[in-house]
Amino acid sequence: MSLLAIAWKSLRQRALASSLTVLSIALGVAMLIAVLILLGIFARMFSQTGAGYDLLVGPRGSETQLVLSSIYRIEKPIENLPYRYLKELREDPRIEKAVPITIGDNTDRGGFPIVGTTAQYFTLPAAYDEGPVEFRLRGEVLKQPFDAVIGSEVAAVNGWDLGSTFQILHGGAEPHLHDEVFTIVGVLDPTGTPNDRTAFVSMAGFLALSDHLKPVDQAVRDHAIFFGEPEEVIRAREQDLIDNLVPHGAHYHGELPDLLKEVTAILVTAKGDPENPLARQLRTKSLAQDIKTEQKAMAVSPVSVMKKLASVLLEPIDLATKMVAGVIILVTAVGVFVSIYNSMSERRREIGIMRALGARRGTVMGVILAESALLCVAGGVLGLLLGHGLVFAAQPLLAEKAGLLIDPLAFEPYELLVIPILLALGILVGVLPGLTAYNTDVASALEP
Amino acid sequence: MSTPTLPALQLRNVAKTYRIPGESPLTVLDVPTFEMAAGEQVALVGGSGLGKTTLLNVVAGITPCDAGEVLIGGTDITKLPEAARDRFRAERIGIVFQNFNLLPAFTALENVLLGMAFSGRADRSRARELLDAVGLSDRLHHQPGRLSVGQQQRVAVARALANSPRLMLADEPTASVDLANQDRIVDLLRTQCRDNGVALLCVTHDPSVAAQFDRTIELETFNRAAAVAA
Repeated sequence: MSLLAIAWKSLRQRALASSLTVLSIALGVAMLIAVLILLGIFARMFSQTGAGYDLLVGPRGSETQLVLSSIYRIEKPIENLPYRYLKELREDPRIEKAVPITIGDNTDRGGFPIVGTTAQYFTLPAAYDEGPVEFRLRGEVLKQPFDAVIGSEVAAVNGWDLGSTFQILHGGAEPHLHDEVFTIVGVLDPTGTPNDRTAFVSMAGFLALSDHLKPVDQAVRDHAIFFGEPEEVIRAREQDLIDNLVPHGAHYHGELPDLLKEVTAILVTAKGDPENPLARQLRTKSLAQDIKTEQKAMAVSPVSVMKKLASVLLEPIDLATKMVAGVIILVTAVGVFVSIYNSMSERRREIGIMRALGARRGTVMGVILAESALLCVAGGVLGLLLGHGLVFAAQPLLAEKAGLLIDPLAFEPYELLVIPILLALGILVGVLPGLTAYNTDVASALEP
Repeated sequence: MSTPTLPALQLRNVAKTYRIPGESPLTVLDVPTFEMAAGEQVALVGGSGLGKTTLLNVVAGITPCDAGEVLIGGTDITKLPEAARDRFRAERIGIVFQNFNLLPAFTALENVLLGMAFSGRADRSRARELLDAVGLSDRLHHQPGRLSVGQQQRVAVARALANSPRLMLADEPTASVDLANQDRIVDLLRTQCRDNGVALLCVTHDPSVAAQFDRTIELETFNRAAAVAA
């Protein structure tokens, strides 16, 4: 019969007190684990979602707003970039891909953000998890002007599938439903990123919608300022196309003048050899520097921006969590100590009997330490299960209410420390009661 | 020529004095010599407060004596370090207490196994055999709270025999049982010790219990401290 078996028997003898002690530890650990998992998920969302692009280029203004609107699709964009700027950027020899996105509208059902883009968007990484994760989808990517590809969450919530159609709710100053109907040609597999909650439509179709083109006079003025050219030159360059715009219902047919087209942001990857990431980094840096110098647009590293934001938002929560962890450890320690120490006087005889039967001092002390450790470890294991259960139970709610996509089986490396820490804690708090057992006078403990 | 069998117990000049600060020292044991042959059964009688339990504790190595030698099967346990003495007690001495002292969380079988555990040779089949021998084969998995007083004492006897000791110490083993059970307990103890070749030193204040033993000895006859106190 091992020490653990003897300790287990003793704990069972005091089943109610032992269970309550284990439960109190478990609740503390569960709370901590749930918070740690959620924090980990937030941190990954902040740091990895935009990690597939080298640069995000958008209108000058708030870096955070650009990232939140373009990558996370949380904020509405304030300004746009001229389409001509995208073309210029694409001619830069340092650039591998420059993928435009336009945002601001929503699906008619579910209110999911619409992203107008090109098929090239799906050649960028969908997510970043220790390496780029490619998009996978059923169906095909965007080909025709009124094609759409939807994220997994959009499909699940709206019950849409290949062949389903939807309309776009215009998100400008006067919200209204566009008449044009988009047909779903692709459904993305879950990526754990905001892409899951996005409906992608063909940029050609998106821009052709009547009020997605900029009024000519305003476009001319904006271009003159943006590119530093005289208005007459700008107007003359595309006058033919402007004159030949063919309205077709609520959208235009034929080639659209670049002058009137806008993009919200451009996702940029720099050319580079995978074997030489430093060269790519340097290229990205010089590109960002040039864009900054030009003062036409703003180029940011989405990861850096989000890391900055995370440090502002998450670090205080992280610190608070660590303090809560400390309190939980203290409460656990006191709880276990009280539970065991209180039992010592009534167990004096039991200890005396074991000693009389030949148990050494170290053996009876070991029994007490094993009890303390068992209580802590049992509480820890139950707490881990409860914590994951909480996250599992909260997952649909968080997805629905907060748009947080959570892997219910998410595991934080911290969790590996829970059991060793509790084991050590159990042994530590068991030392004083253990010493009481160690020093028990056998003869007096056995007195009738 | 055969090797002479060593006595089960020999006490030589054993002394024990309790010293409580502020009070006069109280000598409870002063035993020039005492001896029990291997397999012998002795009833030790004497009034209360004369040091019977202290004597058993000293013999068991639970309470260290101040002077003298306590030899069990030729081994002087006073010379052993505490851990070795504990091990020796687990392996060579069986103890039956007045209040049985079974652990309430453990079943009858587990109580017997616990007795073996500290000697490092827990043997489930032997534990079952012993409980069978004391008539408890149908109570193996009962906890003490679900056993009668007589049954509890039988578990205690089985536990004391678990490690095949050389010496069995019984401290007022019938004090907590009714008259009907007294004879059965004594008979069980004596039979089991005889069948297992174990010497039995039984402390009792009850003359009817003492009368069942081969040899009855009064404490005062070999403990000079008890003679003074008496």
